[in-house]
Amino acid sequence: MGGFFQVAWAVAARQVYKYFTNPAFLAPALFPLFFFVAFAGGLTSVGDVPGFEYAAGYIAFQYVWALLQAVSMGGAFTGFSIAGDFENGFARRLMLAASNRYGIILGYTMASLVRATMTGTLVTVIALLTGMPISGGFDFFGLIALAVLANIAATLFGAGVAMLLRTQQAGPVIRTPIFLVLFLAPVFVPLSLLTGWIEAVARLNPFTHILQAARGFLAGDPTSVASAFTISAILILVLALWAVYGLRRAEKAG
Amino acid sequence: MTGSSFLTQVLALARRSTVRTMRQPAVIISALFFPMMFFSINASGLDAASKIPGFPTDSYLDFAFAFPLIQASLFGAITAGSDLARDIESGFFDRLSLTPMRPVSLLGGMLAGVVALGLLQGVVFLTIGLLMGVDISSGLGGMFVIVLLTVLVALGFGGIGAILAIRTGSVEAVESAFPLFFVAIFLSSINLPRDLIEQDWFRFIATINPISYLVEGIRSLVITGWDPQALALGFGFAGAIVIVAIGGAAASLRTRVA
Repeated sequence: MGGFFQVAWAVAARQVYKYFTNPAFLAPALFPLFFFVAFAGGLTSVGDVPGFEYAAGYIAFQYVWALLQAVSMGGAFTGFSIAGDFENGFARRLMLAASNRYGIILGYTMASLVRATMTGTLVTVIALLTGMPISGGFDFFGLIALAVLANIAATLFGAGVAMLLRTQQAGPVIRTPIFLVLFLAPVFVPLSLLTGWIEAVARLNPFTHILQAARGFLAGDPTSVASAFTISAILILVLALWAVYGLRRAEKAG
Repeated sequence: MTGSSFLTQVLALARRSTVRTMRQPAVIISALFFPMMFFSINASGLDAASKIPGFPTDSYLDFAFAFPLIQASLFGAITAGSDLARDIESGFFDRLSLTPMRPVSLLGGMLAGVVALGLLQGVVFLTIGLLMGVDISSGLGGMFVIVLLTVLVALGFGGIGAILAIRTGSVEAVESAFPLFFVAIFLSSINLPRDLIEQDWFRFIATINPISYLVEGIRSLVITGWDPQALALGFGFAGAIVIVAIGGAAASLRTRVA
């Protein structure tokens, strides 16, 4: 067990060092920030649509989605780093040296959380500067907890794909499903205002529950909390198994 | 060099550019699939926006139809710019300059490829849009004008892609410009009419952003019919972008081969 945590710390420390010596580590925040500016700035009048009921306002409505996108993309980018480590040969040496290889997955996940903290803070600061209110008080910590869980789930997914394919060409395979899950949710209006196929898909999308609960926390009106945390926990469990499967395939490949 | 031999060179390089694109199914699929996917998601997700008082149509699907056409032109420009940069990186461009072939033919060939891809995208998106239920108010004539404006936009963006490729000679540099193009599209009237944008700073950016007028030109043919002002502005800005971009690309080319 000691080896497990030792390996995790070593991998996390190296990865975090890499982040802070490369300004590109904030790259996962770029698209969410851009979408936040574009949607919160350009679509404010969508908040005037009859039936649009969100007490914290449209900027806050979009901020939650941007935050969850930033932390999820942070997970995806960690997958790109893992794929890069396989391509440049580092991961092979790491696998040979690690006394407990499962610690590698935990190490990358810990580093991803550090990155998500930075990118999430950046998105939050920009949102506050643009006038977003925080009306939920301590409920805001519920939003942060959901963001952390979303980051872990996305990292485990990215890690699984990266270890399975072991090439940076796996980028679209990691990025596209995460992007689709994020967009096939109530991005612009609440679920109750969606119609047609997008409503049906959004209702089936597990991310919708997480997004709705996160928005509820920010507005000080927690909703679907139990289902959001349960879904997050199930996702993490399933994706942890997926990451372990990827690791075993990487071990077999040598 | 006679005009006909120049044309032969352009055609040869356009053929090479087109064949190279066709041999990369991922590029074709991305160029066709992603804009339609975003269109479909945005049009459905923002359907409620058509209930905003003063919204110009009761169908957000119609309103949003300009989006895939503009976005596809952007994808085409990045793809073509990357291909040109790859030619420079791989030394093909230098070898070409040792032959009697004029380097400007390479630019012409690349832009011909962009026009071909823009034409394909315009026709495919129009067909899919009609199947999805988009109602083109200007009728069959308007559809031709939509494709024409789309091709012109693709040519203008292609010229910008060429400037980036020639000046940097780096595929990575051209690819990294993608988010900037993407931002420029969203900071326009692509999602809402300018008079319904509440934030003053955003409305100001959308007003000075030429992409708003390209979008509004295409959109007018879909939701209004024949609107001379919107069309004049759309074609005017598209033509200006083409002239500036291709002029800039030609000047950059002269600098590179000098």
